[in-house]
Amino acid sequence: MADTKEMKKALFGPIVDSNPIALHVLGICSALAITTKLETALVMSLALTSVVAFSNLFISLIRNQIPSSVRIIVQMTIIASLVIVVDQILKAYSYEISKQLSVFVGLIITNCIVMGRAEAYAMKSPPMMSFLDGIGNGLGYSFVLIVIGTVKELFGFGTILGFEIMPLVQNGGWYQGNGLLILPFSSFFLIGLMIWAIRTFRPEQVEPKE
Amino acid sequence: MSAKKETLGKTIGVVVAVCLACSIVVSSAAVGLRSLQDTNAALDKKSNILTAAGLIELATNKSEIDDVYNTRVEEKFVDLSTGQYVDKPYDTYDMYKAAKNPDYAVSVEGSNVGFLRRSSVASVYHVKNEQGDVNRIILPVHGSGLWDIMYGFLALDNDGETIRELIYYQHKETPGLGGEIQNPDWQKKWDGKQLYKNGEVAISVDKSVKPGDQYAVDALSGATLTSNGVENTLQYWASENGYGNYLKRQSWKS
Repeated sequence: MADTKEMKKALFGPIVDSNPIALHVLGICSALAITTKLETALVMSLALTSVVAFSNLFISLIRNQIPSSVRIIVQMTIIASLVIVVDQILKAYSYEISKQLSVFVGLIITNCIVMGRAEAYAMKSPPMMSFLDGIGNGLGYSFVLIVIGTVKELFGFGTILGFEIMPLVQNGGWYQGNGLLILPFSSFFLIGLMIWAIRTFRPEQVEPKE
Repeated sequence: MSAKKETLGKTIGVVVAVCLACSIVVSSAAVGLRSLQDTNAALDKKSNILTAAGLIELATNKSEIDDVYNTRVEEKFVDLSTGQYVDKPYDTYDMYKAAKNPDYAVSVEGSNVGFLRRSSVASVYHVKNEQGDVNRIILPVHGSGLWDIMYGFLALDNDGETIRELIYYQHKETPGLGGEIQNPDWQKKWDGKQLYKNGEVAISVDKSVKPGDQYAVDALSGATLTSNGVENTLQYWASENGYGNYLKRQSWKS
Protein backbone atom coordinates (compact mmCIF):
# COMPACT_ATOMS: atom_id res chain seq x y z
CA MET A 1 0.00 0.00 0.00
CA ALA A 2 1.30 3.39 -0.93
CA ASP A 3 2.21 5.81 1.82
CA THR A 4 0.42 9.10 2.41
CA LYS A 5 3.09 11.19 0.75
CA GLU A 6 2.73 9.32 -2.49
CA MET A 7 -1.06 9.54 -2.29
CA LYS A 8 -0.87 13.28 -1.81
CA LYS A 9 1.40 13.54 -4.80
CA ALA A 10 -1.03 11.58 -6.98
CA LEU A 11 -3.94 13.70 -5.80
CA PHE A 12 -2.53 17.23 -5.75
CA GLY A 13 0.46 16.96 -8.06
CA PRO A 14 -1.56 17.34 -11.28
CA ILE A 15 -3.11 20.64 -10.17
CA VAL A 16 -0.02 22.75 -10.77
CA ASP A 17 3.09 20.61 -10.93
CA SER A 18 1.99 18.33 -13.75
CA ASN A 19 -1.26 19.89 -14.89
CA PRO A 20 -2.72 17.89 -17.80
CA ILE A 21 -3.66 21.02 -19.74
CA ALA A 22 -0.83 23.36 -18.81
CA LEU A 23 2.07 20.91 -18.85
CA HIS A 24 0.95 18.09 -21.13
CA VAL A 25 -1.33 20.33 -23.24
CA LEU A 26 -4.03 17.63 -23.38
CA GLY A 27 -7.79 18.11 -23.52
CA ILE A 28 -7.59 21.58 -25.07
CA CYS A 29 -10.62 21.09 -27.35
CA SER A 30 -13.22 20.99 -24.61
CA ALA A 31 -11.34 23.60 -22.58
CA LEU A 32 -11.80 26.00 -25.49
CA ALA A 33 -15.40 25.31 -26.18
CA ILE A 34 -17.26 25.18 -22.91
CA THR A 35 -15.60 27.80 -20.75
CA THR A 36 -17.74 30.73 -21.90
CA LYS A 37 -19.82 30.42 -18.76
CA LEU A 38 -18.51 29.28 -15.40
CA GLU A 39 -21.51 27.04 -14.79
CA THR A 40 -20.91 24.85 -17.83
CA ALA A 41 -17.21 24.77 -16.99
CA LEU A 42 -18.02 23.49 -13.51
CA VAL A 43 -20.35 20.77 -14.75
CA MET A 44 -17.87 19.72 -17.42
CA SER A 45 -15.12 19.57 -14.77
CA LEU A 46 -17.27 17.41 -12.57
CA ALA A 47 -18.17 15.13 -15.47
CA LEU A 48 -14.59 14.73 -16.60
CA THR A 49 -13.25 14.23 -13.08
CA SER A 50 -15.72 11.45 -12.35
CA VAL A 51 -15.07 9.76 -15.68
CA VAL A 52 -11.30 9.86 -15.38
CA ALA A 53 -11.36 8.74 -11.72
CA PHE A 54 -13.67 5.79 -12.29
CA SER A 55 -12.12 4.73 -15.57
CA ASN A 56 -8.74 4.71 -13.84
CA LEU A 57 -10.22 2.68 -10.98
CA PHE A 58 -11.91 0.05 -13.13
CA ILE A 59 -9.05 -0.27 -15.58
CA SER A 60 -6.62 -0.63 -12.72
CA LEU A 61 -8.81 -3.31 -11.09
CA ILE A 62 -8.67 -5.50 -14.18
CA ARG A 63 -5.24 -4.40 -15.41
CA ASN A 64 -3.73 -7.84 -14.85
CA GLN A 65 -6.51 -9.49 -16.85
CA ILE A 66 -6.44 -7.19 -19.87
CA PRO A 67 -4.58 -8.82 -22.75
CA SER A 68 -2.15 -6.25 -24.10
CA SER A 69 -3.23 -6.88 -27.70
CA VAL A 70 -6.71 -5.44 -27.05
CA ARG A 71 -5.97 -3.16 -24.13
CA ILE A 72 -6.81 0.11 -25.91
CA ILE A 73 -10.19 -1.25 -27.00
CA VAL A 74 -10.98 -2.50 -23.50
CA GLN A 75 -10.04 0.91 -22.09
CA MET A 76 -12.21 2.65 -24.68
CA THR A 77 -15.17 0.40 -23.85
CA ILE A 78 -14.95 1.20 -20.16
CA ILE A 79 -14.46 4.93 -20.77
CA ALA A 80 -17.29 5.09 -23.29
CA SER A 81 -19.69 3.32 -20.93
CA LEU A 82 -18.85 5.73 -18.12
CA VAL A 83 -19.33 8.70 -20.41
CA ILE A 84 -22.75 7.46 -21.49
CA VAL A 85 -23.76 7.01 -17.87
CA VAL A 86 -22.62 10.55 -17.06
CA ASP A 87 -24.48 11.88 -20.09
CA GLN A 88 -27.67 10.09 -19.03
CA ILE A 89 -27.40 11.44 -15.50
CA LEU A 90 -26.89 14.97 -16.79
CA LYS A 91 -29.91 14.64 -19.06
CA ALA A 92 -32.00 13.48 -16.12
CA TYR A 93 -30.87 15.95 -13.47
CA SER A 94 -29.70 19.05 -15.31
CA TYR A 95 -31.29 19.09 -18.73
CA GLU A 96 -30.50 22.73 -19.54
CA ILE A 97 -26.80 22.31 -18.94
CA SER A 98 -26.68 19.03 -20.80
CA LYS A 99 -28.15 20.85 -23.80
CA GLN A 100 -25.48 23.53 -23.57
CA LEU A 101 -22.69 21.00 -23.24
CA SER A 102 -24.28 19.06 -26.14
CA VAL A 103 -21.62 17.04 -27.91
CA PHE A 104 -18.85 17.84 -25.48
CA VAL A 105 -19.98 15.35 -22.87
CA GLY A 106 -19.88 12.65 -25.52
CA LEU A 107 -16.47 13.88 -26.56
CA ILE A 108 -15.05 13.13 -23.12
CA ILE A 109 -14.56 9.67 -24.65
CA THR A 110 -11.90 11.08 -26.92
CA ASN A 111 -10.46 13.46 -24.32
CA CYS A 112 -6.78 12.68 -24.30
CA ILE A 113 -6.54 13.10 -20.53
CA VAL A 114 -8.77 10.08 -19.89
CA MET A 115 -7.02 7.76 -22.34
CA GLY A 116 -3.65 9.18 -21.37
CA ARG A 117 -4.09 8.46 -17.67
CA ALA A 118 -5.57 5.02 -18.33
CA GLU A 119 -2.69 4.00 -20.53
CA ALA A 120 0.13 5.75 -18.68
CA TYR A 121 -0.91 5.24 -15.07
CA ALA A 122 -3.82 2.93 -14.41
CA MET A 123 -2.36 0.03 -16.41
CA LYS A 124 0.64 -0.04 -14.08
CA SER A 125 -0.69 1.05 -10.68
CA PRO A 126 -2.92 -0.38 -7.96
CA PRO A 127 -6.61 0.65 -7.92
CA MET A 128 -6.53 3.07 -4.99
CA MET A 129 -3.61 5.05 -6.39
CA SER A 130 -5.15 5.07 -9.86
CA PHE A 131 -8.40 6.41 -8.49
CA LEU A 132 -6.56 9.21 -6.70
CA ASP A 133 -4.52 9.94 -9.80
CA GLY A 134 -7.77 10.20 -11.77
CA ILE A 135 -9.26 12.63 -9.28
CA GLY A 136 -6.01 14.58 -9.26
CA ASN A 137 -5.93 14.93 -13.00
CA GLY A 138 -9.60 15.81 -13.04
CA LEU A 139 -8.86 18.53 -10.50
CA GLY A 140 -6.00 19.79 -12.65
CA TYR A 141 -8.34 20.03 -15.63
CA SER A 142 -11.02 21.62 -13.45
CA PHE A 143 -8.54 24.18 -12.13
CA VAL A 144 -7.76 25.41 -15.63
CA LEU A 145 -11.42 25.36 -16.70
CA ILE A 146 -12.57 27.25 -13.63
CA VAL A 147 -9.90 29.95 -13.95
CA ILE A 148 -10.65 30.43 -17.64
CA GLY A 149 -14.41 30.21 -17.14
CA THR A 150 -14.26 32.85 -14.41
CA VAL A 151 -12.16 35.23 -16.49
CA LYS A 152 -14.30 34.76 -19.59
CA GLU A 153 -17.63 35.11 -17.85
CA LEU A 154 -16.52 38.06 -15.71
CA PHE A 155 -15.01 40.10 -18.52
CA GLY A 156 -17.24 38.81 -21.31
CA PHE A 157 -20.64 39.09 -19.62
CA GLY A 158 -19.85 40.96 -16.38
CA THR A 159 -21.31 38.10 -14.33
CA ILE A 160 -20.08 35.17 -12.23
CA LEU A 161 -22.33 32.09 -12.19
CA GLY A 162 -25.08 34.34 -13.54
CA PHE A 163 -24.81 36.91 -10.73
CA GLU A 164 -24.14 40.41 -11.97
CA ILE A 165 -20.77 41.72 -10.83
CA MET A 166 -20.23 44.47 -13.37
CA PRO A 167 -23.48 45.73 -14.94
CA LEU A 168 -23.30 45.75 -18.73
CA VAL A 169 -23.82 48.90 -20.79
CA GLN A 170 -26.75 47.31 -22.65
CA ASN A 171 -28.46 46.68 -19.29
CA GLY A 172 -27.96 50.27 -18.20
CA GLY A 173 -24.65 49.71 -16.38
CA TRP A 174 -21.15 50.96 -17.04
CA TYR A 175 -19.23 47.87 -18.20
CA GLN A 176 -18.71 47.22 -21.90
CA GLY A 177 -18.50 43.42 -22.26
CA ASN A 178 -15.45 42.11 -24.07
CA GLY A 179 -16.84 40.42 -27.17
CA LEU A 180 -13.62 38.54 -27.86
CA LEU A 181 -13.87 36.65 -24.58
CA ILE A 182 -17.32 35.32 -25.45
CA LEU A 183 -15.86 33.47 -28.42
CA PRO A 184 -14.38 30.01 -27.85
CA PHE A 185 -10.94 30.71 -29.30
CA SER A 186 -10.12 33.40 -26.74
CA SER A 187 -9.33 30.49 -24.41
CA PHE A 188 -6.19 29.98 -26.50
CA PHE A 189 -4.84 33.30 -25.24
CA LEU A 190 -5.91 32.62 -21.68
CA ILE A 191 -4.46 29.10 -21.60
CA GLY A 192 -1.27 30.49 -23.14
CA LEU A 193 -1.02 33.14 -20.46
CA MET A 194 -1.67 30.55 -17.76
CA ILE A 195 1.05 28.25 -19.07
CA TRP A 196 3.40 31.24 -19.15
CA ALA A 197 2.53 32.14 -15.55
CA ILE A 198 2.93 28.56 -14.29
CA ARG A 199 6.25 28.12 -16.05
CA THR A 200 7.55 31.39 -14.66
CA PHE A 201 6.97 30.13 -11.13
CA ARG A 202 8.03 26.56 -11.95
CA PRO A 203 10.98 26.95 -14.30
CA GLU A 204 11.59 23.18 -14.22
CA GLN A 205 8.55 22.75 -16.49
CA VAL A 206 10.22 24.65 -19.31
CA GLU A 207 11.39 22.26 -22.01
CA PRO A 208 15.14 22.41 -22.75
CA LYS A 209 16.03 24.27 -25.92
CA GLU A 210 16.71 22.01 -28.84
CA MET B 1 2.96 -8.85 -19.33
CA SER B 2 3.02 -12.58 -18.86
CA ALA B 3 2.68 -14.79 -21.86
CA LYS B 4 -0.23 -16.87 -20.62
CA LYS B 5 -2.81 -14.07 -20.80
CA GLU B 6 -2.23 -13.75 -24.53
CA THR B 7 -4.11 -16.90 -25.50
CA LEU B 8 -7.01 -16.44 -27.89
CA GLY B 9 -9.55 -17.89 -25.49
CA LYS B 10 -8.53 -15.63 -22.68
CA THR B 11 -8.58 -12.54 -24.89
CA ILE B 12 -12.07 -13.29 -26.11
CA GLY B 13 -13.21 -14.12 -22.59
CA VAL B 14 -11.97 -10.82 -21.19
CA VAL B 15 -13.47 -8.82 -24.04
CA VAL B 16 -16.85 -10.52 -23.68
CA ALA B 17 -16.85 -10.04 -19.92
CA VAL B 18 -15.97 -6.36 -20.22
CA CYS B 19 -18.61 -5.79 -22.88
CA LEU B 20 -21.25 -7.57 -20.84
CA ALA B 21 -20.49 -5.61 -17.68
CA CYS B 22 -20.42 -2.32 -19.57
CA SER B 23 -23.66 -2.98 -21.41
CA ILE B 24 -25.44 -3.84 -18.16
CA VAL B 25 -24.26 -0.58 -16.60
CA VAL B 26 -25.20 1.52 -19.63
CA SER B 27 -28.61 -0.02 -20.15
CA SER B 28 -29.59 0.15 -16.50
CA ALA B 29 -28.61 3.83 -16.44
CA ALA B 30 -30.63 4.48 -19.59
CA VAL B 31 -33.72 2.62 -18.39
CA GLY B 32 -33.54 3.83 -14.80
CA LEU B 33 -33.34 7.49 -15.71
CA ARG B 34 -35.78 7.50 -18.61
CA SER B 35 -38.82 8.80 -16.74
CA LEU B 36 -36.87 11.78 -15.37
CA GLN B 37 -35.51 12.52 -18.82
CA ASP B 38 -38.97 12.36 -20.35
CA THR B 39 -40.26 14.84 -17.77
CA ASN B 40 -37.39 17.15 -18.61
CA ALA B 41 -38.02 16.83 -22.33
CA ALA B 42 -41.72 17.62 -21.88
CA LEU B 43 -40.88 20.65 -19.76
CA ASP B 44 -38.36 21.76 -22.34
CA LYS B 45 -40.99 21.53 -25.08
CA LYS B 46 -43.38 23.65 -23.02
CA SER B 47 -40.74 26.24 -22.36
CA ASN B 48 -40.00 26.40 -26.09
CA ILE B 49 -43.69 26.91 -26.80
CA LEU B 50 -43.74 29.70 -24.25
CA THR B 51 -40.69 31.26 -25.90
CA ALA B 52 -42.48 31.17 -29.24
CA ALA B 53 -45.54 32.61 -27.52
CA GLY B 54 -43.45 35.49 -26.15
CA LEU B 55 -44.53 34.52 -22.64
CA ILE B 56 -41.35 32.96 -21.31
CA GLU B 57 -40.63 36.05 -19.17
CA LEU B 58 -43.74 35.27 -17.12
CA ALA B 59 -42.17 32.06 -15.87
CA THR B 60 -39.29 33.08 -13.65
CA ASN B 61 -38.41 29.57 -12.62
CA LYS B 62 -38.96 26.04 -13.78
CA SER B 63 -41.97 25.29 -11.60
CA GLU B 64 -43.87 28.22 -13.10
CA ILE B 65 -43.52 27.01 -16.67
CA ASP B 66 -46.32 24.51 -16.15
CA ASP B 67 -48.59 27.13 -14.59
CA VAL B 68 -48.06 29.71 -17.31
CA TYR B 69 -48.43 27.07 -19.98
CA ASN B 70 -51.67 25.74 -18.54
CA THR B 71 -53.30 29.16 -18.19
CA ARG B 72 -52.18 30.78 -21.43
CA VAL B 73 -51.64 28.01 -23.97
CA GLU B 74 -54.16 25.56 -25.35
CA GLU B 75 -53.30 22.63 -27.58
CA LYS B 76 -55.71 21.98 -30.46
CA PHE B 77 -55.77 19.40 -33.21
CA VAL B 78 -56.27 20.24 -36.86
CA ASP B 79 -57.03 18.00 -39.79
CA LEU B 80 -54.57 19.43 -42.28
CA SER B 81 -56.53 18.45 -45.41
CA THR B 82 -59.59 20.48 -44.39
CA GLY B 83 -58.09 22.92 -41.94
CA GLN B 84 -60.79 22.17 -39.39
CA TYR B 85 -60.40 21.39 -35.73
CA VAL B 86 -60.86 17.77 -34.77
CA ASP B 87 -60.80 15.88 -31.50
CA LYS B 88 -57.56 14.44 -30.28
CA PRO B 89 -57.32 11.16 -32.19
CA TYR B 90 -56.19 9.14 -29.19
CA ASP B 91 -54.86 9.80 -25.75
CA THR B 92 -51.14 9.64 -26.31
CA TYR B 93 -51.31 11.22 -29.77
CA ASP B 94 -48.05 12.74 -30.95
CA MET B 95 -47.96 14.18 -34.46
CA TYR B 96 -44.36 13.08 -35.04
CA LYS B 97 -44.98 9.53 -33.90
CA ALA B 98 -48.25 9.35 -35.82
CA ALA B 99 -46.37 9.98 -39.07
CA LYS B 100 -45.16 6.39 -38.77
CA ASN B 101 -48.62 5.00 -38.16
CA PRO B 102 -50.36 4.14 -41.47
CA ASP B 103 -53.78 4.98 -40.01
CA TYR B 104 -52.82 8.56 -39.33
CA ALA B 105 -50.18 9.31 -41.93
CA VAL B 106 -50.31 10.70 -45.44
CA SER B 107 -47.43 10.64 -47.89
CA VAL B 108 -45.71 13.81 -48.99
CA GLU B 109 -45.10 14.14 -52.69
CA GLY B 110 -43.45 16.70 -54.90
CA SER B 111 -41.78 18.60 -52.09
CA ASN B 112 -38.17 18.98 -51.05
CA VAL B 113 -39.05 19.42 -47.40
CA GLY B 114 -37.12 16.27 -46.53
CA PHE B 115 -39.62 13.76 -45.19
CA LEU B 116 -41.88 11.33 -46.99
CA ARG B 117 -44.77 10.98 -44.58
CA ARG B 118 -46.48 13.30 -42.20
CA SER B 119 -49.39 12.89 -39.82
CA SER B 120 -52.82 13.87 -41.14
CA VAL B 121 -53.72 15.59 -37.88
CA ALA B 122 -51.36 18.22 -36.52
CA SER B 123 -51.10 19.86 -33.11
CA VAL B 124 -51.43 23.64 -33.01
CA TYR B 125 -51.22 25.86 -29.98
CA HIS B 126 -53.49 28.80 -29.20
CA VAL B 127 -51.85 31.50 -27.14
CA LYS B 128 -54.35 33.58 -25.20
CA ASN B 129 -53.95 37.01 -23.72
CA GLU B 130 -55.11 37.80 -20.21
CA GLN B 131 -58.69 38.27 -21.40
CA GLY B 132 -58.70 34.82 -22.94
CA ASP B 133 -58.68 35.92 -26.60
CA VAL B 134 -56.41 34.10 -28.99
CA ASN B 135 -53.61 36.45 -30.01
CA ARG B 136 -51.02 34.08 -31.35
CA ILE B 137 -51.02 30.73 -33.10
CA ILE B 138 -48.07 28.40 -32.73
CA LEU B 139 -47.51 25.81 -35.42
CA PRO B 140 -45.02 22.97 -35.08
CA VAL B 141 -42.88 22.77 -38.21
CA HIS B 142 -40.16 20.42 -39.27
CA GLY B 143 -38.02 19.81 -42.30
CA SER B 144 -34.57 18.62 -43.18
CA GLY B 145 -31.53 20.79 -42.63
CA LEU B 146 -28.02 19.80 -43.58
CA TRP B 147 -27.63 16.78 -41.34
CA ASP B 148 -31.03 15.83 -40.06
CA ILE B 149 -34.62 16.93 -39.60
CA MET B 150 -34.89 20.22 -37.72
CA TYR B 151 -37.89 20.68 -35.41
CA GLY B 152 -39.25 24.07 -34.50
CA PHE B 153 -42.23 26.23 -33.66
CA LEU B 154 -43.54 28.98 -35.90
CA ALA B 155 -45.52 31.65 -34.04
CA LEU B 156 -48.00 33.76 -36.04
CA ASP B 157 -50.19 36.69 -35.14
CA ASN B 158 -53.91 35.99 -35.10
CA ASP B 159 -54.17 37.33 -38.67
CA GLY B 160 -52.56 34.02 -39.69
CA GLU B 161 -49.93 35.78 -41.82
CA THR B 162 -47.53 37.79 -39.72
CA ILE B 163 -44.62 35.85 -38.27
CA ARG B 164 -43.62 36.64 -34.71
CA GLU B 165 -41.10 33.96 -33.88
CA LEU B 166 -39.40 30.96 -35.40
CA ILE B 167 -37.92 28.86 -32.61
CA TYR B 168 -35.95 25.73 -33.45
CA TYR B 169 -35.60 23.39 -30.50
CA GLN B 170 -34.18 20.20 -31.92
CA HIS B 171 -31.69 19.88 -34.73
CA LYS B 172 -28.26 18.47 -35.50
CA GLU B 173 -26.83 21.37 -37.49
CA THR B 174 -23.17 22.31 -37.10
CA PRO B 175 -22.66 24.51 -34.03
CA GLY B 176 -21.54 27.97 -35.11
CA LEU B 177 -22.77 27.57 -38.70
CA GLY B 178 -26.19 25.98 -39.17
CA GLY B 179 -26.59 25.90 -35.41
CA GLU B 180 -27.01 29.67 -35.59
CA ILE B 181 -30.70 29.08 -36.37
CA GLN B 182 -30.97 29.22 -32.58
CA ASN B 183 -29.06 32.51 -32.32
CA PRO B 184 -31.38 35.12 -30.76
CA ASP B 185 -30.15 37.78 -33.20
CA TRP B 186 -31.21 35.70 -36.16
CA GLN B 187 -34.47 34.68 -34.52
CA LYS B 188 -35.32 38.37 -34.11
CA LYS B 189 -35.17 38.87 -37.86
CA TRP B 190 -38.36 36.86 -38.29
CA ASP B 191 -40.46 39.24 -36.27
CA GLY B 192 -42.96 40.98 -38.55
CA LYS B 193 -42.27 39.03 -41.74
CA GLN B 194 -45.24 37.99 -43.86
CA LEU B 195 -45.93 34.39 -44.89
CA TYR B 196 -48.20 35.24 -47.85
CA LYS B 197 -48.26 37.87 -50.60
CA ASN B 198 -51.65 38.12 -52.33
CA GLY B 199 -52.60 34.70 -51.06
CA GLU B 200 -49.47 32.98 -52.36
CA VAL B 201 -46.71 31.62 -50.14
CA ALA B 202 -43.99 34.25 -50.36
CA ILE B 203 -41.66 33.76 -47.42
CA SER B 204 -38.06 33.02 -48.33
CA VAL B 205 -34.56 32.90 -46.89
CA ASP B 206 -32.21 34.79 -49.21
CA LYS B 207 -28.76 36.27 -49.52
CA SER B 208 -28.47 40.07 -49.24
CA VAL B 209 -32.05 40.85 -48.35
CA LYS B 210 -32.97 44.53 -48.77
CA PRO B 211 -33.92 46.34 -45.59
CA GLY B 212 -37.67 46.54 -45.27
CA ASP B 213 -38.35 43.42 -47.35
CA GLN B 214 -41.34 41.86 -45.61
CA TYR B 215 -41.10 38.48 -47.27
CA ALA B 216 -37.46 37.50 -46.87
CA VAL B 217 -34.96 36.84 -44.10
CA ASP B 218 -31.17 36.92 -44.44
CA ALA B 219 -29.63 33.51 -44.91
CA LEU B 220 -27.03 32.35 -42.41
CA SER B 221 -23.50 32.78 -43.72
CA GLY B 222 -21.65 29.51 -44.05
CA ALA B 223 -24.88 27.54 -43.78
CA THR B 224 -26.50 27.62 -47.20
CA LEU B 225 -28.02 24.17 -46.93
CA THR B 226 -29.45 24.87 -43.49
CA SER B 227 -30.91 28.15 -44.75
CA ASN B 228 -32.42 26.37 -47.74
CA GLY B 229 -33.82 23.81 -45.35
CA VAL B 230 -35.52 26.52 -43.30
CA GLU B 231 -36.97 28.05 -46.46
CA ASN B 232 -38.24 24.68 -47.72
CA THR B 233 -39.72 23.90 -44.32
CA LEU B 234 -41.66 27.15 -44.11
CA GLN B 235 -42.78 27.03 -47.72
CA TYR B 236 -44.06 23.51 -47.29
CA TRP B 237 -45.89 24.15 -44.04
CA ALA B 238 -47.39 27.45 -45.24
CA SER B 239 -48.69 25.80 -48.41
CA GLU B 240 -51.94 23.88 -48.79
CA ASN B 241 -50.08 20.68 -48.01
CA GLY B 242 -49.28 22.05 -44.59
CA TYR B 243 -51.19 24.59 -42.57
CA GLY B 244 -52.41 26.61 -45.62
CA ASN B 245 -56.05 25.55 -45.36
CA TYR B 246 -56.09 26.01 -41.64
CA LEU B 247 -54.60 29.50 -41.83
CA LYS B 248 -57.07 30.55 -44.55
CA ARG B 249 -60.02 29.30 -42.59
CA GLN B 250 -58.91 31.11 -39.42
CA SER B 251 -61.06 28.86 -37.26
CA TRP B 252 -59.57 30.29 -34.07
CA LYS B 253 -61.61 33.45 -34.57
CA SER B 254 -65.00 31.81 -34.28
